[in-house]
Amino acid sequence: AAMAAKRRAEEMRDLVVLGEFGVRNVHTTDFPGNYSGYDDAWDQRRFEEAFRVDVIREEGDALEFDMVGIDAAIANAFRRILLAEVPTMAVEKVFVYNNTSIVQDEILAHRLGLIPIRADPRLFEYRNQGDEEGTEIDTLQFQLKIKCSRNPQAAKESSDPNELYFNHKVYSKHMTWVPLGNQTDLFPDADFRPVHDDILIALLRPGQEIDVLMHCVKGIGKDHAKFSPVATASYRLLPDITLLQPVEDEAAEKLQKCFSPGVIEIQNIKGKKVARVANARLDTFSREVFRHESLKNLVRLARVRNHYIFSVESTGILPPDVLVSEAIKILMGKCQRFLNELDSVPME
Amino acid sequence: QADGTDGNCVTFVLHDEDHTLGNALRYMVMKNPDVEFCGYCITHPSESKINFRIQTRGALPAVEPFRKGLNDLMGVCQHVLNTFERSMKEYRAQR
Repeated sequence: AAMAAKRRAEEMRDLVVLGEFGVRNVHTTDFPGNYSGYDDAWDQRRFEEAFRVDVIREEGDALEFDMVGIDAAIANAFRRILLAEVPTMAVEKVFVYNNTSIVQDEILAHRLGLIPIRADPRLFEYRNQGDEEGTEIDTLQFQLKIKCSRNPQAAKESSDPNELYFNHKVYSKHMTWVPLGNQTDLFPDADFRPVHDDILIALLRPGQEIDVLMHCVKGIGKDHAKFSPVATASYRLLPDITLLQPVEDEAAEKLQKCFSPGVIEIQNIKGKKVARVANARLDTFSREVFRHESLKNLVRLARVRNHYIFSVESTGILPPDVLVSEAIKILMGKCQRFLNELDSVPME
Repeated sequence: QADGTDGNCVTFVLHDEDHTLGNALRYMVMKNPDVEFCGYCITHPSESKINFRIQTRGALPAVEPFRKGLNDLMGVCQHVLNTFERSMKEYRAQR
């Protein structure tokens, strides 16, 4: 009975269990005083021994890594900061000198704002509030000047716009950087341009032209989603599938079909087919097992509470590992801000 | 900052903060065995400020667990950063 109670306590502490009709043990309960026999007070050394980060895959702009031994509150804080508080540069003010295209001024300005700009935001400052002009340390200037004209060499009966017109598609590669002040000296090797050259901004016909000047400023995703540096950043908890009883023969085959491919494998032991959990990480938890009366009491579906599988995909402005490092530094900065305030303001 | 009754229960009003710091800090302060109660709430979703309340057991002033929680959170972040960067270096070295 003591063993069973201990197992129950461990299950409550370590796993989030997916029952048939609901999820159990969702909230973190390992705080001091909740469990007798466990010392749950914060211990930096114990945390450092148990904590680890495993990088699973890094391909271009996508990064998948595991964080083991951390709590949901802090993992979620990193995710929220990645989405909303890591700064980037994006087009904020658009000065329209001439826009005779079919795209309205404000729609054009909105589209230009969403284009990711390849510029390291750490080289720039935030613009001061109320500063309309913008100085060279906080603004990047781009120009988009394009005019569509008819192609005199086109065949008479052709209806292909690529042949009939010049410059009828306005791409992001037509945006050119206009250095301000001493930016040519500050950034001699820099090449500020949009991350992707083939983003279609507008379509033109002969006689229409677009002539705009754009100011890029530094901002964060909380202010406007165009400043978010990640395509998306998400995490999931590591799945944990336990077979409560041995599963054999037809039941084993049926069980294998209930999970994602690769999760359950069938082994041949002494002529009988026995099911075994091969790789629980691959499962997406569709809970198909609960639809079968004969199978639903044979497995326990759960997630490991402190094992987070992060997936960060960047828009291309900064590599994803730099984004994660910046997010962690931003959380440290927040703590430091309040510590400084605590020390400077006298307590009543 | 706003006071409850005496130095043991204090409600801190943190401006320009939301669940990001609130929940993480609440977890770190709850891990302190001297803390009897810790919670946070967002007063109104249109205003970005949180009420962060700490009640301590005994005569400990509530500012102490707050300071310790912030320091512990800084320590966690520093360790996470070091571990992450080391893992990235190892991954790139063996690829």
